[in-house]
Amino acid sequence: MKLELRKVTKRFGDFTANDSIDLTVTPGTVHCLLGENGAGKSTLMNVIYGLYRPTEGQMFIDDQPVEFSGPSDAMAAGIGMVHQHFMLVPVFTVAENVALGAESIKGATLDLESTRKKIREISDRYGFQVDPDAVVENLPVGVQQRVEIIKALVRDAEILILDEPTAVLTPAETDQLLGIMDQLRKDGKSLLFISHKLREVREISDDITVIRRGKVVGHAQPTMSTTELASMMVGKNVQLTVDKDAAQLSDKVFEVKNLTLMADNGVPLLKDVSFEVRGGEILAVAGVQGNGQTELAESIIGLHPKATGSLSLNGTELLGMSTKQVLRSGVGFVPEDRSKDGLIGSFSISENLVLDLFDTPEFSSAGTLNRSKISANADRAGTEFDIRMGSKEHTASTLSGGNQQKIVVARELSRDLQLFVGSQLTRGVDVGSIEFIHKRIVQERDKGVPVLIVSTELDEVYGLADRIAVFFHGELMGIVPPTTPRSVLGQMMAGATYEEALAADTEHSEASSVSAAKTQVTESAPWAEGEENER
Amino acid sequence: MSVVATQNTKVSAETETGVVKNWKNPVIYTILALLSVFLIGVRAPEKTISLGISDGVRWFQAEPLQINPQVYGWVAVAVMLALAAYALVTTNAGKLLGRWVAPLFWLTFVTGLLVWAIGSTTKPSLSLVSLLTGAVALSIPMIFGSMGGLLCERSGIVNIAIEGQLLFGAFSAVLVGSITGSPWAGLLAAMAGGVLVSAILALFSIKYLVDQVIVGVVVNVLVSGLTGFLFARVLQPNAPTLNSAPKLPGFEIPVLSQIPVIGPVLFNQNVLVYLMYFVVGLIWFALNKTKWGLRTRAVGEHPKAADTLGVNVNRLRLMNVLLAGAVAGMGGAFFTLVSVSAFNSDMTAGQGYIALAALIFGRWTPVGALSAALLFGFSLNLQFVLSILGTQVPTELLAMLPYLVTIFAVAGLVGRSRGPAAVGTPYVKE
Repeated sequence: MKLELRKVTKRFGDFTANDSIDLTVTPGTVHCLLGENGAGKSTLMNVIYGLYRPTEGQMFIDDQPVEFSGPSDAMAAGIGMVHQHFMLVPVFTVAENVALGAESIKGATLDLESTRKKIREISDRYGFQVDPDAVVENLPVGVQQRVEIIKALVRDAEILILDEPTAVLTPAETDQLLGIMDQLRKDGKSLLFISHKLREVREISDDITVIRRGKVVGHAQPTMSTTELASMMVGKNVQLTVDKDAAQLSDKVFEVKNLTLMADNGVPLLKDVSFEVRGGEILAVAGVQGNGQTELAESIIGLHPKATGSLSLNGTELLGMSTKQVLRSGVGFVPEDRSKDGLIGSFSISENLVLDLFDTPEFSSAGTLNRSKISANADRAGTEFDIRMGSKEHTASTLSGGNQQKIVVARELSRDLQLFVGSQLTRGVDVGSIEFIHKRIVQERDKGVPVLIVSTELDEVYGLADRIAVFFHGELMGIVPPTTPRSVLGQMMAGATYEEALAADTEHSEASSVSAAKTQVTESAPWAEGEENER
Repeated sequence: MSVVATQNTKVSAETETGVVKNWKNPVIYTILALLSVFLIGVRAPEKTISLGISDGVRWFQAEPLQINPQVYGWVAVAVMLALAAYALVTTNAGKLLGRWVAPLFWLTFVTGLLVWAIGSTTKPSLSLVSLLTGAVALSIPMIFGSMGGLLCERSGIVNIAIEGQLLFGAFSAVLVGSITGSPWAGLLAAMAGGVLVSAILALFSIKYLVDQVIVGVVVNVLVSGLTGFLFARVLQPNAPTLNSAPKLPGFEIPVLSQIPVIGPVLFNQNVLVYLMYFVVGLIWFALNKTKWGLRTRAVGEHPKAADTLGVNVNRLRLMNVLLAGAVAGMGGAFFTLVSVSAFNSDMTAGQGYIALAALIFGRWTPVGALSAALLFGFSLNLQFVLSILGTQVPTELLAMLPYLVTIFAVAGLVGRSRGPAAVGTPYVKE
């Protein structure tokens, strides 16, 4: 089935999310829609899937004009969608999730058996290995995603939209997904793949359409280099790597010893973790979301009173201190979810800039806030950190993700730090701001502060790290140099030790790539992905 | 490469899950066991309890059971002390308690307390059958109420308005029942009354997105005020014509009703009780085995997922809330068509809230909620029975019994129970 969009525009009030977009997806191909966060990709997907009505323009399926009043129309027309945030009911079994909305019934009762049969058929055909009776919340993320794909295929989808499908996957799961997409393509399905991860886009796409600020800015070929694609996506020449000199170690030191944390149900979240970060170096913690990195960062800042072991900063024990005491001892902390833990959306920008400092003599006296100092602080931070805001008295929630994150970073870096801990510093942040935030982190490191960065984005890890610590199931799998190849790091993120991963990797490259459509790039410099990325 | 990865995943998944020492239960057991030593051990009453067990069964007669409270008390105390010690030792060793410990402990504690309470009355002789029959009957409004709550909450709407649905159901039943002279018309009116209350809840919570808890409470106050006013101004002055409905009949189910003890308790009851069996069974079946049930559960857990698959979330919620009103309304009919035949202001006396507690205690499942409501009904009936037997416990304290049981049950025993994920959140399409 061919999907075609002609001059599709979607406006929300004055804001134009999609501006006369033209797009054609032909059967048997993977068409990639490339764009930054907030470029309007997801809006466009929702228009195609019938969740939004286009303000102007027309959609065609096999050259017949179509109009959808809801997802059920889109599904009936043969469009299936794999959402970025899975649309799965966690407490349901796979079969129940697949059946929902398209239930087959036998008399008055639900006929789950026929659904199970269909799931097994599809699962066998594409090698999904999905058990129809498994409860979804117990499945690994990669398998949950396959359930989403099964949902679409059971409904006879010929056009498949995948909205940022690799955002939550391990590198190995990503490779599996790309393999699945290749199979679907060979089966004659039309795939629309949305992503901002250039490596994957280049690997799987047949056509690439780049959008920026809601407009199509051009078409690209998968043969183009990542730097070319990135500058097309962002609209200027971006520096993907982070400039930094060799680490100059200072005598400040943050030492983690035998850190252990159990969840209330007895599942270990952190297992006997020990490592050291010296002043002047960046230790990046890599791992798939949910493998203990969050708990590590939260334990440091004092959010897990049940954690045992030792966290010593220049000889002072942080474990057992309250969060406030930890902050006062000179720890800067950027939480992973800024809208939930980093900011108060309904507070003004200047208030957010002093959230953990308001009761210091600098900003208050005798229980009263010193408004002029707070305001002056906001002016200073606004300029220094390039926070693009209308007025410093506007609420923080009116800003874009990148500018919100700059507020959090500005607040945490405006003190004299002994240690900086940052989680997912650039999640949902535009490329321009990423560059800026990265520079500031490197500056902090060059001041001789120990820096601990938690990130699930390998690009970020490689860009910033002086050393990389890999976490899996709450365990530290090892600390490796940033020259470690991606494939080795990927296996460590899936539970292999450095030695195992290294051995398996050499074995694999010797046995030449058996698995279809996966171009295993032998990376001497991992970040460069084996092409002309000037460093 | 993937071989290494999968092997390791398996290993880590299987290896140790550590144990977090949870001292809560062992400590509770120890305190209760020590208290029991003095209460049901040392201070055990001397009179022997006689417990009739063969009432209502024609083919079989048995002597009432004779229970010596002192003997029973000390046995119970010994069992409790042993269990408490076992719990302390096991927890200290870092092991998890067996699943059998909690039920056994609470059963011993509660029966020990019961024997003590009955033994210390002036005339400790009662029939087990009538104690249980009364408990089942008194549970009826709570069971229907919790089923109404279940229909709402499983589809994502908080139903605090059960109290109002019961009360308005009771009012409508007596009014229509008195006018038509037919209890069946009264029952239908009770259902319609419940639906009407539900319609207000649905309108504000689904269409106008008002906080569901607040709407529910306001609806309850509104219904209480409205029925109170109409009772004083309309029903009371015309009591013979407007406030005296004929009762729903009761009948005996042949054969089944002759099973000792449970026969008369479950199968020689009012027709509303049989209707309750049917409704609970139907809801269980529909929720777990039908397309409607799958969609209802999905809408209560993850409405957006259901929406992207073409389920009309708000229409389904509306339907379920209205249905819930009809079910809870039937429970309201108990007050005026079974219990007594006249309405009185605020006669539901908070049982709607207890029904909600039963729903939570029963972990949002039909069978769980049914069991919890039966437990609360039992404590309600026990309060009546004890005061008839002439207990030494002051009646005011006894009147607190059902509520005490409720609060302990919901707060202490249930642990962390997980309700439908999306309950209380209105669904708005972006």
